[in-house]
Amino acid sequence: MEIFDILLTASFWAAAVRIASPLIFATLGELICERAGVLNLGIEGIMVIGAFSGWMAVYLGAPLWAGVGVAMLAGMLFGLLHATLTVPFGLSQHVVGLGVTLLASAVAYFAYRLSLPEVTSPPKIVPFQPVEIPGLSQIPLIGPAFFNQTPLTYLAFVLIAVVSIVLYRTPLGLALRAAGENPASVEAQGLSVTAIRMGAVIVGSGLMAVGGAFLTMSAFSSFFFEMVNGRGWICIALVVFGAWRPGKAALGALLFAAFDALQVRLQQTPLGALVPYQVFLMVPYILSILALVLMSRRAEVPAALMVPFNKGER
Amino acid sequence: MAQAEAAEVVLRLDGITKRFGPLVANNAIGFELRKGEVIALLGENGAGKTTLMNILFGHYTADEGTVEVFGQTLPPGHPRAALAAGVGMVHQHFTLADNMTVLENILLGTRPLLSPRLDARAARVKVARLSEDFGLSVHPDARVGTLSVGERQRVEILKALYRDARILILDEPTAVLTPQESSALFGTLRKAVAQGLSVIFISHKLGEVMEISSRVLVLRHGKLVGEVATADTDRQKLAEMMVGAEIAAPRLAEREPGPPLLTLSNVDTPRRGNAPGLSAVNLTLRAGQITGLAGVSGNGQAALAALIGGLERPVQGGMELHGDVPTDWSPRAALAAGIARIPEDRHKTGTVSDFTLTENAVLESYAEAPYSRTGWMDWRAAEDFARKIIETYDVRCPGPSARIRLLSGGNMQKLILGRVLEANPKIILANQPVRGLDIGAVTFVQNRLIAARDDGAAVLLISEDLDEVMALSDVIHVIYEGHLSPAFKRGTMSPAELGQWMAGHGFGGGAHAA
Repeated sequence: MEIFDILLTASFWAAAVRIASPLIFATLGELICERAGVLNLGIEGIMVIGAFSGWMAVYLGAPLWAGVGVAMLAGMLFGLLHATLTVPFGLSQHVVGLGVTLLASAVAYFAYRLSLPEVTSPPKIVPFQPVEIPGLSQIPLIGPAFFNQTPLTYLAFVLIAVVSIVLYRTPLGLALRAAGENPASVEAQGLSVTAIRMGAVIVGSGLMAVGGAFLTMSAFSSFFFEMVNGRGWICIALVVFGAWRPGKAALGALLFAAFDALQVRLQQTPLGALVPYQVFLMVPYILSILALVLMSRRAEVPAALMVPFNKGER
Repeated sequence: MAQAEAAEVVLRLDGITKRFGPLVANNAIGFELRKGEVIALLGENGAGKTTLMNILFGHYTADEGTVEVFGQTLPPGHPRAALAAGVGMVHQHFTLADNMTVLENILLGTRPLLSPRLDARAARVKVARLSEDFGLSVHPDARVGTLSVGERQRVEILKALYRDARILILDEPTAVLTPQESSALFGTLRKAVAQGLSVIFISHKLGEVMEISSRVLVLRHGKLVGEVATADTDRQKLAEMMVGAEIAAPRLAEREPGPPLLTLSNVDTPRRGNAPGLSAVNLTLRAGQITGLAGVSGNGQAALAALIGGLERPVQGGMELHGDVPTDWSPRAALAAGIARIPEDRHKTGTVSDFTLTENAVLESYAEAPYSRTGWMDWRAAEDFARKIIETYDVRCPGPSARIRLLSGGNMQKLILGRVLEANPKIILANQPVRGLDIGAVTFVQNRLIAARDDGAAVLLISEDLDEVMALSDVIHVIYEGHLSPAFKRGTMSPAELGQWMAGHGFGGGAHAA
């Protein structure tokens, strides 16, 4: 069976971890927004703007990490727009989110055309290079898969722990989770629901943009149209899949990435000659839907998700 | 209360006025609270009690007036300032996050947001000590979503005590509690007062006010209309101050019962979660008769209401309606058979909160003339109907196009009552019709039910309040774990005897006599 051979190669696992990294950033970002009670459908567009702005900054001469910073700031800016419209103004989160997605992607494409009008194939930058972790990278199978990645991938995995700790072990995390469950409890304890929710959306959007920047600055080395290609929507599903828990959501991202890496490799087996390649392309999505159905049945949605909070309303 | 007179003033409200549009919710209210006393804030629904406390706590900003705590004026509109000054509030609708543990809810907002640690360990010790000192037992690691209402309230009180509150405000704390939980709460409050805390107790239940408070302030239509020492007054006087008129208890005139309209024989219904189903229930509802159903909450009342309302079908046994066996049993069939329902939970199943009064008024009859003709709604007819209910049933509201969520519980219930009674129902299923209502509204609803009975309707009155059942019923059944007691005629049983049945005595073996 080819499938077992594939599962035993280090390159397969390395690919899975690489594919998972942008999803982990964006999923954690979305999770932070939703835990505070705001559904952020701007994610797809924010990933595009992150991918573009980070790459552009590096192309114009900024160091790679500064590029990550630029992407994050750009994401936070669109997060601020989303948060302003949905939190203090209490507008529909669906409509605002889709609007932000359309606007952010359009801004990215427009800026690309404006800055590189004559270009047919997009210019390349020198992306993040893999860094071996001494010792750990020597472990068979796991070593090359997890410990010979780019710094951004390591950052993604560190963030899983950071977000978990902040959510469950700090006063800020308590307030954030309470804001998504029962904002009145936050208000009654003398905190500002508006500030907490806006902060969550802005920071979460920043992470989404870093997820997008991963694509242009770590996975590939240039910016294409449509390169985000629905990854944002996948992340929204992953948050549900993970039952709004960072660890489980990241696991979901890894699982989805593994399916994706698997289908590419399956196409090159004798089986791939028999079955149309489009079927393989569908595999990760079909398996994700199945996993979603199985895993999320007992998930507890934050009770105040998508419910605007107006101080003093009866 | 001689010492209390001399005690330090911890809270002073002065000239508090708050308007919501044309409505003056609070009109120049001022009073003082002293150390170690419990004052009761008494008033009907909509009298302005909750508004006043929300101003004090900083949820609302007063249009005029000041709040002073321990001699310091509080900045208006800042719950944080009120908390810091030692004011703790237990809201009527709990402000707890269900997805978090008790300890996490207590800790919420107690430390600077950006501090790196929660200090849960120290908090756990303090919470354990407070639980001990005030008799508030609750497990710190339990998720709030799994707790009973009584336990949640204990968490709310612990939240305030954890923040070293010196003034506790409790907004209708007993509205959702069982009698046992209420007396436990009073125990806690007495301990708090003994330790020098001051308490403001908001209620419209006179018995409780008499039991727990040392002074009573009465609010009516947003004004402070009276202030008396509890020792110098009684329930009747307080009730009259609250309503502003004398109150007559409802009277039931003798009346020959009519023919049976609905008969259940040997009916079983399935268990739903923790709620028992009916087992071998025999029940006859007769025209011109109020049948009272007494029992401790959760003993099958919901199952019986669901069955008669058409939400549940019998798995065994027979049902006869107006002498026929209904072929297809559904809520629509129940409506068509002239069964009118006053649901137990007026917010969840009685009304649609974001619909207007007009829409709620025709919720059960929208598909019929005159409200709809040939598939089109006639909103003018619907609005006329709503206006009629508003006038006839004295529903206090901004108008028929207001959303019903803006109404107090009593006014919402009056609208439901109007919707039900205006259809001239043959059978009325009244499930907890006066729960949470103030005296004026209680009397109104009860008199309307009696009037419907006098006009020949069969009324099933489900209530957890034994006094109410005994005062209003021609015959009484007790329900216990899905079993129904025999029918007892009015006046043949004492409260103590019925209490025995409610505790399950008399239901021996295959108890289904009737």
